[in-house]
Amino acid sequence: MMRVSPVLVTALVFVAGFAICASQFPNFASTRVVANLLTDNAFLGVVATGMTFVIISGGIDLSVGSVIGFATVFVALTTERMGLPPLAAFAILLLLCAGFGAAMGAVIHFFDMPPFIVTLAGMFLVRGTSFLMSTESTPITAPFYVAVSDWGLALPGGGRLTAIALIMLCVVALGSILLHFTRFGTSVYALGGNRTAAALMGVPIGSMTVRIYMLSSVLAGIAGIVFSFYTAAGYSLSAVGVELDTIAAVVIGGTLLTGGQGSTVGTFIGVLIQGLIQTYINFDGTLSSWWTKIATGILLFLFIGLQQGMLKLATRSRARQAGVAKP
Amino acid sequence: MSLVPRRGLPQILALIAILAIDRLVSTQFFDLRLQDGRLFGSLVDVFNRGAPVALLALGMVLVIATRGIDLSVGAVIAISGAIAASLADTHAWPVAVAAALGAGLLCGLWNGFLVAVLGIQPIVATLILMVAGRGVAQLITEGRIVTFTSPDLIWFGTGSVFGVPAPVVIVAGMLLVTGLVVRGSSLGLLIEATGGNPRASELSGVGIKMMIVAVYVWCSLCAALAGIIAAADIMGADANNAGLWLELDAILAVVIGGTSLFGGRFSLVLAVCGALIIQAMNTGILLSGYPPEFNLVVKAAVVLVVLLLQSPRLSGLTGALRKATTLRKARA
Repeated sequence: MMRVSPVLVTALVFVAGFAICASQFPNFASTRVVANLLTDNAFLGVVATGMTFVIISGGIDLSVGSVIGFATVFVALTTERMGLPPLAAFAILLLLCAGFGAAMGAVIHFFDMPPFIVTLAGMFLVRGTSFLMSTESTPITAPFYVAVSDWGLALPGGGRLTAIALIMLCVVALGSILLHFTRFGTSVYALGGNRTAAALMGVPIGSMTVRIYMLSSVLAGIAGIVFSFYTAAGYSLSAVGVELDTIAAVVIGGTLLTGGQGSTVGTFIGVLIQGLIQTYINFDGTLSSWWTKIATGILLFLFIGLQQGMLKLATRSRARQAGVAKP
Repeated sequence: MSLVPRRGLPQILALIAILAIDRLVSTQFFDLRLQDGRLFGSLVDVFNRGAPVALLALGMVLVIATRGIDLSVGAVIAISGAIAASLADTHAWPVAVAAALGAGLLCGLWNGFLVAVLGIQPIVATLILMVAGRGVAQLITEGRIVTFTSPDLIWFGTGSVFGVPAPVVIVAGMLLVTGLVVRGSSLGLLIEATGGNPRASELSGVGIKMMIVAVYVWCSLCAALAGIIAAADIMGADANNAGLWLELDAILAVVIGGTSLFGGRFSLVLAVCGALIIQAMNTGILLSGYPPEFNLVVKAAVVLVVLLLQSPRLSGLTGALRKATTLRKARA
């Protein structure tokens, strides 16, 4: 059966885009640009991995941007004002995130409410909480931060693979293993494919929903830590609207927004495509940054159109196999 | 169906309660004074500031009733504001307003096309314009904040009709028009039927495709109008911040107004009432001297409470309780 994998299309778009960029700017195809691409989009890659799980399971998580903002503020305040060692601050933060995600998942499951509106409330709550904690940008000066920011794997060709880029690559790799090679991952797909069927097959819907949103919030927390390394500051307004970029990256990565299909690798490439557009605009210098949004919108439309077309084809061929004539 | 359905009592009581709390917080809350032929006062302010969200809620409630959602209204506000502001000083005001509304019409057609014709999930379909729309708006303003001085256009934000602020008059007019069109004909019933069961309505002869397109177009037109008001209010258009996150407020207003996100029955008046509840809370927090940052936390709490009250699981629970008590009474 001939089937074009959506991930393959995404990968082709990325390669083609990179080739276009490289042909226009001779210095583009260098490890320096690629390493920067990974570093600049590290937090997006981490949070998008979590969002992939949520979307495959048929849900959505709008609160991730606020959680990132909260994480930066929390880390900045606890390390700078309370003198906590950064690693202890990270641990407390991730526990808080896990609790928050679990609470959202529980509300979604036990009260049978749409994830869209529950996570919307979560978004307001977390953003509001970080506003209450501080409305100013707090610089982080802990020696640990300086050490991590300075560290980097030297690549041939002058590129530096930074710590946060490595964290992102690790998260993507672990996420792929979790999604494709564990019972948890299989249950995520089952949940998104057909909730009732999954329940009948013995997938524990309630605990799965709680765990999926927990995972998403914890990864958003890690993304917040990565973001705080990136900016070396905590600011309650940081990462506003990142939930949109994240969802866009997941969709461009070939994950079906109705759930049941998708992959973390696709999402990773989706993140890179968005980063590529931004890098192209930076290289060009005459284009304004709002073209990023328009280009992302166009890509979103193309990929959604592609998905829709493939879905139609799939249902038609299934109907033909079953011998059902289309009325 | 009467204009204010019986089930609207909780919302109206909530609005009255919040206004009463506002009165406790600020003793001058209900004071009105006439200055330069326009009413001023905190109460007027609630209506005036609540106008853009009320307009959005008016369109959004129809979309949600068809089991859809429109995330792009904030971006449409930015686009229409940008167009109105950049045309205001070089063209007559009808041209600027018509161009802004025309842009809204196009945005609505686009959303409606994606949802009704291509069959894309509403959240996803409108997400495209939500992401790209703000970029388009910035393209129109060329990344600057465009200001204008045309008094005709400024009237939409700060003018008045017999002392009533223009935005309030516009909302009242739109409510009346929408109510007449939707409830004066069978259109409202058909919209509710589509939300309740799209397949059944299509089989029973409702032209659901045309209707869904019409609903998204109306929603975008309301958003474009809100964009004109927002631009007129600050005498300029800021493509980055105009209407930012207002789509969420609008959805919240509709949900507070008792319309389920799963479509079906809706009420225009209660959606506007929901918008006023949100604004009355905002104003109350500002008047009480608490930092405005509290707004978001309070809003989150309200969403949760309203959702819990509407939750099918919870209403099933109370229903079971009621049944149990009646059974017990019958046995006694």
